[in-house]
Amino acid sequence: MRRRDFLLGILSVIVLAPVNALAALWNKSAFESAQLAEATKHLNIDVEIPSQDIEIIVPERAENGAIVQVEVRSNIAHTEAIAILVENNPTPLIANFMFSNGAEPYVVTRIKMAETSEVKVIVKAGHQYFTHAKNVVVLENGCG
Amino acid sequence: MAGLSADNMKMRAQLKGDVVEVKVLMSHPMETGRRKNDFDQLIPAHFVQLLTATLNGKTVLEAQWGTGISKNPYLTFRLKGAKVGDVVEVTWHDNLGESAAQSIVVTQA
Repeated sequence: MRRRDFLLGILSVIVLAPVNALAALWNKSAFESAQLAEATKHLNIDVEIPSQDIEIIVPERAENGAIVQVEVRSNIAHTEAIAILVENNPTPLIANFMFSNGAEPYVVTRIKMAETSEVKVIVKAGHQYFTHAKNVVVLENGCG
Repeated sequence: MAGLSADNMKMRAQLKGDVVEVKVLMSHPMETGRRKNDFDQLIPAHFVQLLTATLNGKTVLEAQWGTGISKNPYLTFRLKGAKVGDVVEVTWHDNLGESAAQSIVVTQA
């Protein structure tokens, strides 16, 4: 093998490796699930404990389902992750946020809602999962 | 190409009390793969799958996203123990292999 080819070989490995690693990281089966229960199963969630220590701030009525602002705060000790799901969306799992090194269990983002639905939040704390949900009335479909 | 321009992300990181609030606005189509164009053809899915935030190089937030995050994604998160002058960096990767990263210095609100 010529030295140049060898070096190019190394380069392509370096360039390609992170992409493969990321593909492995992304929970494809959970995000592609069409049913909420299926999505949570793929997130390895079995028992969900209802909790009022999860604050969800969403509009009661969303004019446009393409942009619905969701604010979530977990007051549960040792919160590691916050997942946001929309029960009636074609693929209910919207996002899963994992916090570390001083990040507060708090997030604000904007999501798409196909129709009126519960916005469900699942908090992971240690080996336990806690949940809370709020309903949002959607006047105009936002999934296109 | 989406995601490769230098001004892809607008970021702000401000110290308020003892918490740094980081706000990020990204430029991305977030196509679900279910939308059709004017010729009744499906527009292929194109969406951010992974987002990472670091504080002075240390990971503070890792997010996995599906197609349900709105177009031009918006995100706010909060960091405890961060100071003015610290550096917050946000990186995203989408399903087509595109990515973008941007960093910002924490300022006093």
